[in-house]
Amino acid sequence: MGRYIVRRLLQAVVILFTLSIVVFILLRVAPGANPALVRCGLNCPKERLAALEEEMGLNGPLFPVSFSADAPIVDFHSDSQYGNWAQSLFDGSLGKDWNDNPVGAELQRRLPVTLELLIITTLLTVVVGVPFGIISAVARNSPADYLVRFSSVLALAIPNFWLGTLVLLIPQDQWGYAPPITTAVSFFDSPWDNLRQYVPPAAVLAAVSAASIMRLTRSSMLEVMRQDYIRTARSKGLREQRIIGRHAMKNALIPVATVLGLQVAGLFGGAIIVESIFNLPGVGIYTLGALLQKQYQVAQTLTLYIGAIVVLLNLFVDVMYAWLDPRIRYS
Amino acid sequence: MALERTGIIISGLETPAPARRRGRRVLHLIRQNPLGFFGLAIVLLFGFVAIFGTVVAPSDARAISAGGFQESPSLDHFLGTDHLGRDMFSRVIIGSRISLTVGFLSVIFGTLVGTAIGIFSGYVGGSVDNFIQRTVDTAIAFPALLLLLILTAVMGPSMRTIIIAVGIAIIPGVARVVRGAVLSERNNQYVEAARALGASTLRILVFHITPNVGALSIVIMTTLLGTAILAEASLAFLGLGIPSSVTWGQDVNDARSTFPFHFWQAFAPGAAITLTVLGFNLLGDALRDIFDPRLRGRL
Repeated sequence: MGRYIVRRLLQAVVILFTLSIVVFILLRVAPGANPALVRCGLNCPKERLAALEEEMGLNGPLFPVSFSADAPIVDFHSDSQYGNWAQSLFDGSLGKDWNDNPVGAELQRRLPVTLELLIITTLLTVVVGVPFGIISAVARNSPADYLVRFSSVLALAIPNFWLGTLVLLIPQDQWGYAPPITTAVSFFDSPWDNLRQYVPPAAVLAAVSAASIMRLTRSSMLEVMRQDYIRTARSKGLREQRIIGRHAMKNALIPVATVLGLQVAGLFGGAIIVESIFNLPGVGIYTLGALLQKQYQVAQTLTLYIGAIVVLLNLFVDVMYAWLDPRIRYS
Repeated sequence: MALERTGIIISGLETPAPARRRGRRVLHLIRQNPLGFFGLAIVLLFGFVAIFGTVVAPSDARAISAGGFQESPSLDHFLGTDHLGRDMFSRVIIGSRISLTVGFLSVIFGTLVGTAIGIFSGYVGGSVDNFIQRTVDTAIAFPALLLLLILTAVMGPSMRTIIIAVGIAIIPGVARVVRGAVLSERNNQYVEAARALGASTLRILVFHITPNVGALSIVIMTTLLGTAILAEASLAFLGLGIPSSVTWGQDVNDARSTFPFHFWQAFAPGAAITLTVLGFNLLGDALRDIFDPRLRGRL
C-alpha cells in the first residue's frame, strides 16, 4: 500500500506539471489577454504601454528553457514568465493579479467562504441522499420508492442556475425577502446571519448531488440485499432493522462514500454558479471573474490549485476505498 | 432499423419479428417503458418546435415591445414578457434551436472521439491504457464547468467553440465507459472465434467490437444530450454563451440581472431546459433497459 501511494503521488506530480504547462500556454493564446493594456486603460499611449509591459515582465521569455536552430541550441533563462510563476507557487504568494495584489492573500480571504459552502452542501447531500436512498431500496416499488425516484430524476434535470435564480427571485418577488448578500459574515460572529447566507446556495447545490447520491445508495443497497450473507442473516432470524442497519448498510455505503468524495471536487463548478447568483465572495466567483476579464495570471494559479485538489482527492478516495473494503488490494 | 439490429446482436435473445407482429412489439415496448415513451414524446416535441420555430412562434422572439414589460402569463402572452417586452413563449420556442443544435453536435463529436479513445485504450491495454486511464480519471473529477469556462475564454465564445468545448468536456466519461465495455467484450467467444479464423486486430476492432460497443455508445449519447444541453445553458447563463442569439440560459440570466425582479421571466426558459433534459434522461434510461438485457426489468 505504501509503495502504491508513493507511485500515485509521483504520478500526481507529473499530471500537475503537465497541467501547469497546458494551462500556462492555453491562457496566453487567448485573444485579448494583455494585462498591461488593461492596467493602462483606454487610449493608452504606446510608450506607456511598452513601459508597463516591461515593468510587468511580459517581454521576458515564456519558459526557463528555449530552443533555437542557432548556435546555443538550448538556452536557459533565469527570469522567465513560467519560472517566475512556478517560484511564486512555492513561496506562497501564488502570483500577482493585474493590480499587483498577490493571489495568495486574496485566496486566503476567499477560501473559507467556498469551504463553508461546500461543507454545508456535502452535509445536506448526505443527510438527504443516503436515508432516502435506503428507504427507497428497502421499500422497493412502494409509493415512497416511486416518489424518491421521481424526485431524483427531476432534480437531475433541473439546471442549478435556474433553481438558484428562483430561490433568490421568488421570495424577493412575493415577500420582498432577500438573504443578506452584502459581505460574508463569519459563522462564529453571528451564526444565524451566516446560515441565512450560506444555506440557500448550499441547498441549491445539494439538490443535484443529493439526487445522484440517492440513486446510487438505492442501487447499491438493492445489490447488497440480494447477496447470500443477507439471506443467512435473515435465516438466522435477525430482525429486519438489524439486517439493514448493521449488515447491509455497511457494505452498501462503500461505493457511496467514494462517489461522494469525487463529487466534492465536481461541486466547485456549481460553486462558481451559486456564488455568482448569491453574491458570495468565494473562490468560484473569483475564478469566473479572472477568466471573464482574462486575468490569466490569476486564472492559471486557480486552475492549478483546483487540479491539485482533484488529483489528491482522487488518491484519497482510492486509498479510502481499499481501507473500507479489505477485499480491494492495489499493487 | 439500425438500432434494433445492434440490439439483437447484443441481447442474442430476440429473433426478427414478422411485420405484423412488429406493431404489437412496439406497443409492448411502450407499455414496458411508459417513462421512456414520455421522454421520447418530449424530445420529439422540442425537436418539432426547433425545426418549425419561426412558424410556430406567435411573434418575433427578438421583437422589442411585443407586449408590455414584464407581464405575467396571459392569453396574449402564454408565458409572459421580459424586461424589454419580448414575448417569452416565442423566445422559449426559438431558444430550443441553440440548445438542441449545440447538444446534438457536441455529443456526436464527444462520443465519436471518446468511443475511439475508449476502444483503443481498452484493446491495447498495458501502460498506454494505464496512462490514458489516469488522465481520464483526472479529467472526470475536474470540475466540468471550469474546463468549459477555460476553453470558451481561450477560444472566444461562438457557436463552434461552444460545441467543441462541450464535446471535449464529455470525452473522458465516454472513454471510460466504452473502455469498460471493450474489456468485457474482448474476452467473448466471438472475438476468440474471429481471431482463430485469422482476423487481424484492426478487423476485430472495426467489425466485431465496434458494432457491439456501438449500441452502448448510442445509449450514452442519449443520456449525455441532457448533460450537454445543461452545459451550454450554464455557459450562456454565466455570460459566455453564443453572442447575439436567443438562448434559454441567457434568458434566465436576464431575469436575475434586471430590476425589478419578476420571477415569471426566469420561469419559462428554465422550465424548458428542465423538460428537455428530463426528456433525454428518461429516453436514455429506457434505451439502456432495452439494449442491456441484464438491466432489463430490474430498474
